[in-house]
Amino acid sequence: MLRFLVRRLIQVIPTLLLLSLLVFAWLRSLPGGPAGALLGDKATPEKIAELNHILGLDQPIWTQYLRFLGRALVGNFGNSLITGDSVLAEIGRALPATAELSVAAMVLAVGLGVPLGYLAATQRGRALDSATIVATLVGVAVPVFFLGYLLKAFFAVKLGWLPPSGRESTGLDATRVTGFAVLDGLLTREFDASADAFRHLILPAVVLGTIPLAVIVRITRASVLDVLDSDFIRTARAKGLAPSTVRGRHVLRNALLPVSTTIGLQTGLLLAGAVLTEKVFVWGGIGTLLADGISRHDYPRLQALLLLGALIYVVVNLLVDVSYAIIDPRVRLS
Amino acid sequence: MTESSGAGGSSGEPLLRVRDLRVTFGGTGRRRRGDPPPTVAVDGVTFDVSPGQVVGLVGESGCGKSVTSLAIMGLLPKRGVRVEGSAMFQGTDLLGLSDAAMRDRRGRDLGMVFQDPLSALNPVVPIGVQVTEVLRRHRSMNAADAKTEATELLRRVGIPDPARRLTEYPHQLSGGMRQRALIAIALACRPRLLIADEPTTALDVTIQAQILALLAELVADTGTALIMITHDLGVVAGLCDEVNVLYGGRVVERARRHELFAAPRHPYTHGLLGSIPRLDAPSGERLAAIKGSVADNLAWDSACAFAPRCPRSLAECTALTPPTEEALQRLLSCHNPVPVQVRS
Amino acid sequence: MNVLMQRRRERLDRLAAAGGERDGQSLLAEAVTRLRRNPVAMTGAAIIVVFVLVAVFAPVLAPHGAEESFDALRAGLRPDSIPGPQPGFPLGSDQNGRDELSRLILASQQTLLVGVLATLFGLVAGVLIGVLAGAFGGWVDTVLMRLTDVLLSFPSLLLAISIAALAAKASQTTVIIAVAVVSVPVFARLLRGAMLAQRSSDYVVAATALGIRRRHIVLRHMLPNAIGPVIVQATLVLASSILDAAALSFLGLGDADPGRAEWGLMLANAQTYLDVRPELAFYPAVAIILVALGFTLLGEALREALDPKSRR
Repeated sequence: MLRFLVRRLIQVIPTLLLLSLLVFAWLRSLPGGPAGALLGDKATPEKIAELNHILGLDQPIWTQYLRFLGRALVGNFGNSLITGDSVLAEIGRALPATAELSVAAMVLAVGLGVPLGYLAATQRGRALDSATIVATLVGVAVPVFFLGYLLKAFFAVKLGWLPPSGRESTGLDATRVTGFAVLDGLLTREFDASADAFRHLILPAVVLGTIPLAVIVRITRASVLDVLDSDFIRTARAKGLAPSTVRGRHVLRNALLPVSTTIGLQTGLLLAGAVLTEKVFVWGGIGTLLADGISRHDYPRLQALLLLGALIYVVVNLLVDVSYAIIDPRVRLS
Repeated sequence: MTESSGAGGSSGEPLLRVRDLRVTFGGTGRRRRGDPPPTVAVDGVTFDVSPGQVVGLVGESGCGKSVTSLAIMGLLPKRGVRVEGSAMFQGTDLLGLSDAAMRDRRGRDLGMVFQDPLSALNPVVPIGVQVTEVLRRHRSMNAADAKTEATELLRRVGIPDPARRLTEYPHQLSGGMRQRALIAIALACRPRLLIADEPTTALDVTIQAQILALLAELVADTGTALIMITHDLGVVAGLCDEVNVLYGGRVVERARRHELFAAPRHPYTHGLLGSIPRLDAPSGERLAAIKGSVADNLAWDSACAFAPRCPRSLAECTALTPPTEEALQRLLSCHNPVPVQVRS
Repeated sequence: MNVLMQRRRERLDRLAAAGGERDGQSLLAEAVTRLRRNPVAMTGAAIIVVFVLVAVFAPVLAPHGAEESFDALRAGLRPDSIPGPQPGFPLGSDQNGRDELSRLILASQQTLLVGVLATLFGLVAGVLIGVLAGAFGGWVDTVLMRLTDVLLSFPSLLLAISIAALAAKASQTTVIIAVAVVSVPVFARLLRGAMLAQRSSDYVVAATALGIRRRHIVLRHMLPNAIGPVIVQATLVLASSILDAAALSFLGLGDADPGRAEWGLMLANAQTYLDVRPELAFYPAVAIILVALGFTLLGEALREALDPKSRR
């Protein structure tokens, strides 16, 4: 297992190198380069040259790339052009918020999606099944940010049940331990803070979790149908086992193999959805950093965030491979 | 219930009495435009199995032999399938039992071995769990006892180093070993009746013989009755006391093994036997093959289903259902049977 | 081997093989016959037909112009209110005193344009790569597939965001390019799989043995027969293209011209006026959802009709 992990981590390096090169080359290939984009309409050749010199962009491209790489290796991604802060520190501050949101969204998507998909499969062709399929198709067709505004308008503005934005109510000076607001409240026994954070979390998590939920329901349904048709389920039934044993030990364990892949895939895709969700709910996480960086052409920040996105995706990939090997004895980690 | 009267015993109550079993796919519930018409997979199958007896159900694929066994086991899907007739087992009709009552029987009184041992075993659950779960379900064993018993079961079906095998997964075993494990599972609760559905078809030829020998030995030792489902008359020749030949979802000929081989009366049986190569046949003699396929079948209610493929077909064969005659432990359903003759 | 990427690839390859095993056109024809009995497919098709009809006849259907501003409506504009429905303007005003209904109708053209162009560009590039890889195999195949794998291993919307964000100036063109690039690897891998299946089929072997020119075989025989699954995928990509384009608009990466009538852009611009007049967001959103749903329904039904696993 350890050897497998080490080997896979080493395999990740060329992928990341290639991606960093792509991101880097992309940035430099723009007309006028970052300086031109930064200056916008005010760009004159003199100003661009001046800014290029300040940013070190007048040096040969390979020197630039190697310097960027060298700094990135020690965790230096430069400073944000907006705040002047170290990009890495910015990311560090924003990461827990996004992580908390993502975990909540995935818990929702998996916790609801797997049972629902299972139920739909066992009710194949009946009303519940058809309704579930239609719901998942609609769920994928709704733009994430519109769903966000819709839920916000209804549950927060109209009914006033839940807070419309942010991670905690103003004036609530909660202690931070892990950066996960709900968890921190529990750890520090500030239960009101925890409850407050939880109420803030509900709507964004539902919004971010909708697409993964729809996809997980569909995959679970298809996968359970596949397994229900298989010979070993007939064997299990021929043994006279209780239906609950057949379900848990025989159907679910096999059906979850493709589902686990999908869960991984969707987790890797969360960052994109988080950009939209965080903007709607003023969440202040990685997605907000990215959206701000985009609108203000903050290239050092964007560079780091895109690499982070790729890194998250690659790591999730690795975790899926490991979990696959744990659930499926036929897959050997070698 | 009296004890088994031994292998081949035919005295006393039969263990299983199947009467007019009929299985129809489709045609239940709301029919929609474009749905395929209902198909009758089993069309009035009738046969008995005495305690300790080995009974063969023989026929080519599509003749309804597997569906018959699944119907007896209650393993056909509920929706879209209609099962009629009766299957009396020790005084109760298996077809009329509730799901829960049937579950109590399956695995305990009725065991089943399937065709493809790789797909019939759960790939992600260790062999040991797959053996012990049936012991714990029906014999109320605790984990430790079940494990001991499972080791013993694997040893009895000839799996070497059974303690280690219990912790392994199906993909780590050879095909023969997997089938042995399946047999161990099916016999774990010493059922009165074992159904083996083409248990050797997916195996290598050398392994086939071993598995058949093992099955013969185990049913003889335990007094378990066996229904052997196969398309392979070679399997029947070595194992069965009585043979039912199925065609188009119906038993067309039944006889004791020796009589069937010595004097097949139904043209279909005759054809099946003719398509086995014989070592003592003059070299150069062509194997007789049955022409056509089951797709040519006629409906039983106004013809003999086999008529379009039958070399002895008469005009009435396509117009009348053949009569079923039963005498001297023989059953025959044919308008124009092969005359009794001594085969060379 | 990486399981996630493998899964995505397997799915594409299986789909490709489904079309590849038989003549692509007759397969599509058969699928269409089956689809006519499928209510899901027919609902999707109906939505699409209505959408296309509206787009084509938009200039006739729309009572006013998209850029036309009306004094009657402008007079009612306040920081806290935008005029609602009134005679001559059934859906009321937009935030600039223009007729909301006319803009909605005319926007169907732009939305269709963005969706179709993005899908088309992705399709053309993907087909080009797929044909080269599938027809030649060998190192050409290896190099091209490695490249698509890298693109495939990046979250798709994030990829679109990156491309659009790194462009110097947001515009409709950058949106189309960004959304198109995302679909290139999907099309490429799909077509390549179908081409590979064709390559080993009897008629290609026979044609090669007869000495027929390779280019002729590839373009006249293999490509037409392999294109079925790619067309199905294009239906689904159209839906996601429209949604992705809307997401880019929302992030400020869309068209820089705020006057242009396009649903994604209208929806994005309406966010500012949610408290004043939420309908301005609601109308284009419903339009987008319906269109995306239409293409998704048809695409999923088509895919199911083609997938050998669902044909039991």
